[in-house]
Amino acid sequence: MVLRITSLEVTIDRKKGSPVLPVRGVSFAVEAGQTLALVGESGCGKSMTCLAIAGLLPRRGCVSAGRVVLDGADLAALPTAEAAKLRRRHVASVFQDATGGLNPVRSIGWQVAEAVRLRQGATRAEAGREAVRLLGRVGLPNPELRAKEFPHQFSGGMNQRAMIALAVAGNPRLLVADEATTALDVTVQAQIIDLIADLRDSLGMAVLFVTHDLGLVAQSADHVAVMYAGRVVETAKVSDLFAAPRHPYANGLLKALPHLAPAGGRMATIEGTVPAIDALPPAGCAFAARCNRASEACRTSDPELRGNVACHNPVPLPVNQTVNRYENEKIMA
Amino acid sequence: MFWFLTKSLRAVITLLLVVTFVFFVLRLSGDPTYMLLPDDIDEATRTFYRQLWGLDKPIFVQYLNYLGALLQGDFGISFRNNQDAFQLVWDRVPKTALLTGTSLVISLVIGIPLGIVAALYRDSWIDRAVMAASVFGFSMPNFFLGILLILIFSLNLRVLPSSGSGTWRHLIMPASTLGISFAAQFARYTRSSMIDVLNKSYMRTAQSKGAGTARRVNLHALPNAAIPVITILGLKVGELLGGAVITETVFAWPGLGRLLTSAVASRDLAVVQCIMILLAITMVVANMLTDLTYGWLDPRVRVGAKAGSR
Amino acid sequence: MSYLEATDLVRSYEQSSRGLFRKPHKFRALDGVSLKLEKGTTLGIVGESGCGKSTLARVLLGLLDADGGCVTLNGQPTLNLPDTQWRALRRSMQLVYQDAGGALDPRLRVRDQIEEPLHIHNLPLDAVERILVSVGLFSALADRYPHELSGGQLQRVVIARALVLDPELLVLDEPVSALDVSIQAQIVNLLMDLQRDRGLTYLFVSHDLGVVRQISTRVAVMYLGRIVEEAPRAALFANPLHPYTRILIDAVPKPDPSLRRTTRIEIGAPPNPADPPSGCSFHPRCPLATARCTVEPPALRDFGDRRVACHLIKETV
Repeated sequence: MVLRITSLEVTIDRKKGSPVLPVRGVSFAVEAGQTLALVGESGCGKSMTCLAIAGLLPRRGCVSAGRVVLDGADLAALPTAEAAKLRRRHVASVFQDATGGLNPVRSIGWQVAEAVRLRQGATRAEAGREAVRLLGRVGLPNPELRAKEFPHQFSGGMNQRAMIALAVAGNPRLLVADEATTALDVTVQAQIIDLIADLRDSLGMAVLFVTHDLGLVAQSADHVAVMYAGRVVETAKVSDLFAAPRHPYANGLLKALPHLAPAGGRMATIEGTVPAIDALPPAGCAFAARCNRASEACRTSDPELRGNVACHNPVPLPVNQTVNRYENEKIMA
Repeated sequence: MFWFLTKSLRAVITLLLVVTFVFFVLRLSGDPTYMLLPDDIDEATRTFYRQLWGLDKPIFVQYLNYLGALLQGDFGISFRNNQDAFQLVWDRVPKTALLTGTSLVISLVIGIPLGIVAALYRDSWIDRAVMAASVFGFSMPNFFLGILLILIFSLNLRVLPSSGSGTWRHLIMPASTLGISFAAQFARYTRSSMIDVLNKSYMRTAQSKGAGTARRVNLHALPNAAIPVITILGLKVGELLGGAVITETVFAWPGLGRLLTSAVASRDLAVVQCIMILLAITMVVANMLTDLTYGWLDPRVRVGAKAGSR
Repeated sequence: MSYLEATDLVRSYEQSSRGLFRKPHKFRALDGVSLKLEKGTTLGIVGESGCGKSTLARVLLGLLDADGGCVTLNGQPTLNLPDTQWRALRRSMQLVYQDAGGALDPRLRVRDQIEEPLHIHNLPLDAVERILVSVGLFSALADRYPHELSGGQLQRVVIARALVLDPELLVLDEPVSALDVSIQAQIVNLLMDLQRDRGLTYLFVSHDLGVVRQISTRVAVMYLGRIVEEAPRAALFANPLHPYTRILIDAVPKPDPSLRRTTRIEIGAPPNPADPPSGCSFHPRCPLATARCTVEPPALRDFGDRRVACHLIKETV
């Protein structure tokens, strides 16, 4: 396993009011050459989980419990400087807004070369050459020329390619892609997805792919962890989740997809809205208020992730379905 | 090059407007012969001086004559002591340049690092202390701060001279008076610009590359944060010169500011005009320098940069 | 006579350019767009960013002036009307767009937001609670401020505000793009219910083909300011004729792991709209382009009940 996080908890101190926990005990693992998709709606804690892994939590945030084990080393337990060194060497991140993620006053080539130098300790000239090679590798035409240009001269898709070049400098072990294709047009999105898969296979990276788009999960991930209100509510092989979701929330999300509804008919919905992290129910399952399978137990005790689903009343497996749940054991912490 | 030409053309137009405005406003404010000559002088003498100074002609003729002389580098004669106005003014320039230059250096050297530190330690006691000091610094009027400094350092402690310009010790108080209020402002601008930049997602990218704090601040944040500060700096040159007038008066610093106040009081038109033109040229040059720096710092406005191609 | 007809709409933008040697160049956000929309139906407009779909929405509503072409509503021309007639017409067409939070004044209660159009048109103010219920909100929300509502609730308030004048046509510009999946479905259902109950006509602009497929009667695909294909929903998704439509549909990630895309999306970088390619503007990215495509722009031709602008489609289709 490249990355295994166990019972991760993130606490954010607020100026006013008590601290909040956007991530409340999250566990999952990613293997080299594999993609784990982290899905959920806004506010479910998936971005905070990524930031905690990459060591980029906001100033008031900290990992307050749990382990983040990268290639056997627990980043949460190591001294900050050592953890930072490991992260610099092995963890790379790509975020949604690539144009905003690149420094407007530095050339694309400079920014990629900087990543090369910081990760590999190359000389300036070597780093420059490596940057051009990387920009070519991510499919940027005329990399020598484009390396001299600035982010405002690039389209969103090209900037995202540049961000990926910057991320894969120095062959990281783990790539965290947080909504990396969300703002892009579908054709560009498809190309970026292909690029990430291609780099994952050729470099043997583990990819943590964060998205709210279940279509992208189906297209590009091997395993999936569904998050709701700061918890993982279901983990599964992608094919299993789409064939037979067990958690009512995962089930609802899949049913709400426009592609699965008969065109022109009513769409299945999940009533209500995602609760804010400072307005979670005091006891019980955070999804209970929106759940059509909720029972008394759901309102009093918060279900643990057991097997591969955190639910007191999971959706039963279809009788004729022989889903191989054995595979899941591997990604369970 | 084309850019430079249009800029220069604009600068010339600005200067012409300043010259015209100053010329007419000064003429409208009354007859200088009443200010400069004794009250009990007879009308014939007064007329003689009017003719001597060219004040008897229609105002437009005066204006054209003045412009014509200007083009030949002739700023006219001081009414008060019959010296070449330009020479009179030019002799004072080094003193004012020394004062404003030192003040600017003081304000930047104090203000910008304080602003950066305040932004980096946002909401901490350091930030609050810097911001409180800055409110104090720029809300205190120059003349008041100047007098306060004289009271403390000249009258009580007797360590610094209260007026004059002979030695570097004369420079300390006027330059500090002028510099402190600008340092306070620059600290504020730098802080807010820096906070803005630190929250940008490219700073997170730099962090995720593993860039250390010094590298992130120096190579990533500062070049971006400097852009708005430079813009403001260009605008502040005018204020700095305005502040110099007051400061020079308080500390009896023999610069342009003091010359200007006395020339205005005595309606010494040629000298006032000359100073105004000089100030306008300084402002125009400062603005052009700002634009150049801006283009150098920000590739998005860089002259001749390739248009955003997709 | 269709309810809404647009003929040959043209709208150019001047792109300001930095530097003094370059002239500002014009690019055509709309380059001869014609469409028809029948009463009580939904026309979905899809296309990638910069294709002109939002410009089209705004020109149809008269919020942006067209440089050429005409629009008729119930047979009445709507462009370049005198103000009084324009105001009357404006009541029957309303715009709902993506950023619900930004569309509402943060200092006004929900009630005041919804009453505002009534004040403007001097209409009685009794409708607020009724309209809130009709968009699926509790009437008690009338006294809340926008920041007290969730994204889905805000979009419902915006829809309520659009409905309060009892319009016939709603132009919806990416109305659900900013919402979470589960909320998206709620709003799409609401829009479909409202259409059924009130006989509303929708122009639904979106980059999300899934949602468009769900709600539309017909779908128009735009590329660089032109409609390249327009067809009934089922026909378009089952059998896209224009190569661009096909690529667009292929590129949408299908939420079914067994339908994983095995081929690459073969399409080059999008062109610069300020400098559109010659001939068919899609030809540099088209896998099927021929020599003819590089020189001759294809006309939007009728094929039964659909229209396609592509040289490769033969009359026999």
